[in-house]
Amino acid sequence: MTWTAAGVQLAHFWIFGAIAIASALLFVTRRSPVAAALWLVNTMFCLAALYVLLEAPFVGAVQVLVYAGAIMVVFLFVVMLLNLGRDDARLDLREPGVRGAALLVGLLLAVELVVASRTPAEATAPLPAAEGTNVVAPVARALFTEHLVAFEVTSVLLLAAIVGAVALARRESPASRGPAVPEGPAA
Amino acid sequence: MASAYLPVLLLLAFVIANAGLIIGASHLLNKRRPTPEKLQPYESGIAPLGDARDRFSVKFYLVAMLFIVFDIETVFLVPWGVLYRELSCVMPRLADGACPAGAVSFFGLGEMLVFMAILVVGFVYVWKKGALQWD
Repeated sequence: MTWTAAGVQLAHFWIFGAIAIASALLFVTRRSPVAAALWLVNTMFCLAALYVLLEAPFVGAVQVLVYAGAIMVVFLFVVMLLNLGRDDARLDLREPGVRGAALLVGLLLAVELVVASRTPAEATAPLPAAEGTNVVAPVARALFTEHLVAFEVTSVLLLAAIVGAVALARRESPASRGPAVPEGPAA
Repeated sequence: MASAYLPVLLLLAFVIANAGLIIGASHLLNKRRPTPEKLQPYESGIAPLGDARDRFSVKFYLVAMLFIVFDIETVFLVPWGVLYRELSCVMPRLADGACPAGAVSFFGLGEMLVFMAILVVGFVYVWKKGALQWD
């Protein structure tokens, strides 16, 4: 393969695409939920590399910050909360019903992928032209002028997330707290 | 565009080679004489109590959720900061990036103030509910 720009881009796509798919397969086949979560982090990083290939490095950086960082923290915390680390506490996901549901969801996603890849390109929004090395400005201009209402409404969504998290996870007062609950090793 | 990422590629190659060299060299050169003290998680530290795979308090989860929300808020601040001078000017800016006289607007500042004001409501709620207190 020659070192043309197109060749480098093709190699970039195949390398990171292959790692992403391999990590995703390892993610769904691991027995330990923590190991599975770490393979998912690897998949997220590969997706970020593919965003960079698509000349969207800002989306790639956000992918690493939000998905590989924040969302994965929540996944790991759910693992800790549900105590999935022990064999006896683990839900057996190989029952026929669970397998059937997984098959159904997988088929639906496959159909969606095929339909989306066959939709003509005119249906998608054109990429904003890059302004030299400033790759953030086109995204920012669309976000803060054309889609301003959506941006402001996002803050309401985040507010709902804050209130929801506090309402679900915070105990009201010491009086309403039931009998002594074990608070975990660190508490 | 692709050549701009050559340093990243070089760094990646260096990190992989370095990690392989360190682990490989310690495997080849080291003589294994394990003792119970050496096999502890923290040598000369406090002996571990119980199993690490215990159920953890939901308070950790609350902190993580609040972190994510304010993390996403910060993500919006970055593109806004990049475009701030353009958003604060109703006319195309001059060659040196300055705004022509009389064309300065508070559009850029105002839209972020609205966004932040709604989130500050959430921050006050979190604070008043005592969710930032550990117990």
